[in-house]
Amino acid sequence: MSDEIVLKTEDLTKHYGGVQALEGADFELRKGEHVAIMGDNGAGKSTFVRQITGVEQRTRGRIRLYGEDVNFAGPLEAREAGIETVFQTLALADDLDVPDNLFLGREITRLDFLGPFRVLDYRAMRDATLAGLKKTAVKIPDIRNTIRNMSGGQRQCVAIARTATFHSRLTIMDEPTAALGVQETEQVENIIRTLKTQGEPLILISHNMRQVFDLVDRIVVFRRGRICANLLKSETDGQDVVAYITGAKTQPEYAEAA
Amino acid sequence: MAETTHGTGGLAFDRSKRAWPNEVNIFIALILIVAIFEALGQLLPYMKGQSLLFDTNDRFDSIFNEARLRIIILQVSIIGIIAIGVTQVIITGGIDLSSGSIVGATAMIAMSFGQTELVNGNPNPKAIFGLWAMDLPVVVPVLVGLGCGLVAGGINGLLIAYTRIPPFIATLGMMVSARGVAKWWSHGNPISFPTDQYASIGSGMMPVVWFVLLALLFHLILKFTVYGKHTYAIGSNEDAARMSGIAVARHKVLVYTIAGMLASFAAIVLSSKNLTAQSGMGLVYELDAIAMAVIGGVSLAGGRGSIVGTVLGALIFGVIISGFTYLRLDAFYQEMVKGGIIVAAVVLDQWRQHRAAMKS
Ligand SMILES: Nc1ncnc2c1ncn2[C@@H]1O[C@H](COP(=O)(O)OP(=O)(O)OP(=O)(O)O)[C@@H](O)[C@H]1O
Ligand SMILES: [Mg+2]
Repeated sequence: MSDEIVLKTEDLTKHYGGVQALEGADFELRKGEHVAIMGDNGAGKSTFVRQITGVEQRTRGRIRLYGEDVNFAGPLEAREAGIETVFQTLALADDLDVPDNLFLGREITRLDFLGPFRVLDYRAMRDATLAGLKKTAVKIPDIRNTIRNMSGGQRQCVAIARTATFHSRLTIMDEPTAALGVQETEQVENIIRTLKTQGEPLILISHNMRQVFDLVDRIVVFRRGRICANLLKSETDGQDVVAYITGAKTQPEYAEAA
Repeated sequence: MAETTHGTGGLAFDRSKRAWPNEVNIFIALILIVAIFEALGQLLPYMKGQSLLFDTNDRFDSIFNEARLRIIILQVSIIGIIAIGVTQVIITGGIDLSSGSIVGATAMIAMSFGQTELVNGNPNPKAIFGLWAMDLPVVVPVLVGLGCGLVAGGINGLLIAYTRIPPFIATLGMMVSARGVAKWWSHGNPISFPTDQYASIGSGMMPVVWFVLLALLFHLILKFTVYGKHTYAIGSNEDAARMSGIAVARHKVLVYTIAGMLASFAAIVLSSKNLTAQSGMGLVYELDAIAMAVIGGVSLAGGRGSIVGTVLGALIFGVIISGFTYLRLDAFYQEMVKGGIIVAAVVLDQWRQHRAAMKS
């Protein structure tokens, strides 16, 4: 079953009023596969992610996760279905510390019969945070520090550690290394390699050609809200990809995108 | 003096750079303000060396002026109960302008179910309902009162969470409407002569007891429960909270409902303490409560603040108001200065926000 399909979208479309941010996206991700999504600013990459993760409701189309049709009412449902996401905006609460952020929305608790007033198990969350950071080799000076007091790179690391700490069936990272220095970028790339050896499927959005060619198996190019190319890494190169991104080339099967 | 320790991944960091809790600053401010009043007592000739907090009559049993201390904490307790709810609302990044009017409406409605049948052997001259509503067990007016807060706060929450009305406008509407309810309920007549049980809720130092108990309870809730964590998360970054799967709308409804119920509980205590309810009760209490929270370091931008801070803010508020009485300044000046304090607290908050933004 090595070619089991993790995620499949058909005709996935999102309009914001008159803006056709995403139009008819047919996308497929197989088990253990790492796929990059590339494209210019405003090409619809983040919009695509927001539809899959239940952050927004799609205008049209179908999403299948492990063969099942899914309609997430919100991001929590997507998470519960096993989709872990690093959003481009990071989605961290600035005034909370690292364990709080890692477990935001899925806290470890005691006395659960108290409903919303169930009690936080700070110790368990702290231990799990330390274990998670160790596993991903993320370096953070003090996990009790609030996010506000951290550098851009450290914030990014927290967001990534959050996805890597929890076992997931699909990991999505939207420009995870955009704000990072050389060392931190390497760290994130190592996390991604770890996911690859563990056979966890990944969608990576990145503008970094070198990174994409280092890490993924396949590259999907978005242009003005449409997919315009689907390229195996072994059959393409940087110049070729740039040609698709800029619109100099379009694959025949996506001709309507031109 | 830099004490370095090792964090995750073996990074060294400087522990001494960690800022101390803001509550410490507020406590220092409280002490400074007391010191200023004490100094004025010594310096102003007409004060004849009186002291604000300390005993100047040379009694044996105490070094404090207990009467004044008692007045200060009694004075801030009832509005302090409201401020506990307002604190939570502000931490989510919202505001609640309706608490004062909720106090008025609740006091009227609750008291009318807590009246006694006979006053000195005569029928209660202020009776609102017939005999069936006289001498009811005290749980009835208390539950009715809390129900008022639940409804008013719930409407606030629903409006704010499910329509795009900003909290300022939604609670402003409630402020006007609830005051209307307070006036309509008995056509402006005061409601008096409660049962002994009802009268005991807020008698003597009971308001202080309620304030301390509720402050402790909500301190624990904000620090140690999921409710508290989500309250801070929403105020810090509402989008992040939503993306993390927090049911933001539902949580806001809960927060505003709790704030409404705390305001209505304050109304029960207040009407019990005064043995009467009037439609004008709780006028501008919402602003006093907001001032207490902001003085206590609760940021109007959301995400930051604590119940401990608000309690200290309430004490500062009380000390300043009593301080003016003690300096024998007219009530007019007190109001003017109160306005100034509120503005000053907000300016301070802006400045703190600015500094926090510079840091990140
Ligand atoms: N909430 C929104 N309302 C209206 N238009 C939107 C909204 N979100 C995105 N858009 C528009 O949709 C288009 C696609 O945006 P999207 O964020 O998906 O781009 P992207 O490919 O992620 O770009 P980048 O590389 O800059 O992150 C853009 O034209 C953007 O202006
Ligand atoms: Mg994007």
